Amino acid sequence: MKYIKTLSGKNLRREDLAKIGCGECQTSCQSACKTSCTVGNQKCEQN
Amino acid sequence: MARGQIHKFYLNNKYIVLDVNSGAVHMVDRMVYDVLDHYGDKSLEEIVSIFDGVYDKEALEEAYGEINYLVEEEMLYSPENDLGDLVYNQDNIVKAMCLHVAHDCNLKCAYCFASQGNFKGERTYMSLETGKKALEFLAKNSGNRRNLEVDFFGGEPLMNFQVVKDLVAYGRELDKKYNKNFRFTITTNGVLLDEDKIDFINENMDNVVLSLDGRREVNDRMRKTIRDGGSYDVILPKFKELVEKRGTKDYYIRGTFTNYNTDFSKDIRDFYDQGFKKVSVEPVVTPEEMDYALRSEHLDDVLREYEEFSKEYIKIRKKDKDFLFFHFMIDLNQGPCIVKRSVGCGAGSEYLAVTPEGDLYPCHQFVGEDDFRLGSLDTGIENKDLREVFKKANIYNKEECRSCWARYYCSGGCHANAYYAHKDLTKPYKLGCEMEKKRIECSISILANEDE
Ligand code: SF4
Ligand code: SF4
Repeated sequence: MKYIKTLSGKNLRREDLAKIGCGECQTSCQSACKTSCTVGNQKCEQN
Repeated sequence: MARGQIHKFYLNNKYIVLDVNSGAVHMVDRMVYDVLDHYGDKSLEEIVSIFDGVYDKEALEEAYGEINYLVEEEMLYSPENDLGDLVYNQDNIVKAMCLHVAHDCNLKCAYCFASQGNFKGERTYMSLETGKKALEFLAKNSGNRRNLEVDFFGGEPLMNFQVVKDLVAYGRELDKKYNKNFRFTITTNGVLLDEDKIDFINENMDNVVLSLDGRREVNDRMRKTIRDGGSYDVILPKFKELVEKRGTKDYYIRGTFTNYNTDFSKDIRDFYDQGFKKVSVEPVVTPEEMDYALRSEHLDDVLREYEEFSKEYIKIRKKDKDFLFFHFMIDLNQGPCIVKRSVGCGAGSEYLAVTPEGDLYPCHQFVGEDDFRLGSLDTGIENKDLREVFKKANIYNKEECRSCWARYYCSGGCHANAYYAHKDLTKPYKLGCEMEKKRIECSISILANEDE
């Protein structure tokens, strides 16, 4: 495309619904901040 | 069908459009950015006439086609996610714990939620026995989850370090017995760090959070020793030593900003200049009446500061990709799945805090609030209704979040912030929302700049 550059596709629509919500990823507050919850910057353990 | 939601903004020389529901993110030119103000409400002909003399007709038609294409692909205005009836953590699995191994501290930081290092008069330490019970509780209540997280917290956990060491060893035994992988972390003020402790931490802790507020004068104003002296000069060399020896393992130097330093980018910069590359500096959470509290009159300054700092951050990272500011990190492609983004931090069900006595609370921020005691290691969760309240506090059940463009990045914010602001877990803390939204915009504009 000429006018639009996509940085990220439909990352919230995963094909495999059975695989999402596995719960193995970090609990937000444990990772660094301890006072506020930012989940967008966590990593998925399945990647 | 109703059009799904988009959010667009201009920052750091980039026009950015987020498709809220699919998570797609696009960098566009000025023309597309302007056309989107009318797309869907006006026909192509009308749009062409609106921009007559501003944009070329042919270019407008092409751009319109590109937008159409993305709409068809469900990457713009895509419909709301259908998670059915999101039943979160039906089996009540617990996978993370914050162990308050010492309700005692050797500093008295003004804003500490552990109340001036004296815990309302009572100084207590977790016994090894209680700690072991906690780890067993976690192993037994974690179902088929393998990765379990345990944070040693306080007060100041180094004041009970032998217990910390013994619990790490015990965790390794439980790893084998239950086929788990305990990940340990620790949050410390650094006062008691010595070579042995540094080596132990570096060897055994997956992450370490080092509390310091930035510039000396900023730190020493809030983070005082028991004798009212500044703590900076005592602590900085110890943190430096720890980080130098840490190699590539995770750590964060973590500060708090108050209304005294809404120019907190200088503190972040100071950390960087001192050799710390992984930095987190966060807004203080405290009742509005405290003299250092962040109030609505400080918001503009704080938001401007985030924007200004994002520019500097882009510059620094051009030369040094190891520099990380926690709140500007975002992973668009490999971030958490939609379930995680809908339910948030997991406090009160997946995540619990344990007091030195073995009482259970939804998270470290609620420890000591009588109404929030969930149960104990001996009895398990007694207040099941309270657990339900936490489980249901997700982005679909909070009115403000339901329509907020940031919902899948923020995940509904911090329950403790909501509670302390409104005594209601479903009402987000407004100031926090504005800061969070700005940080998300900054993060994405940074990515867009690094994409070149
Ligand atoms: S920014 Fe506020 S309103 Fe938006 S999702 Fe987060 S907590 Fe909810
Ligand atoms: S409620 Fe807030 S402080 Fe507690 S775990 Fe969740 S995000 Fe962290």
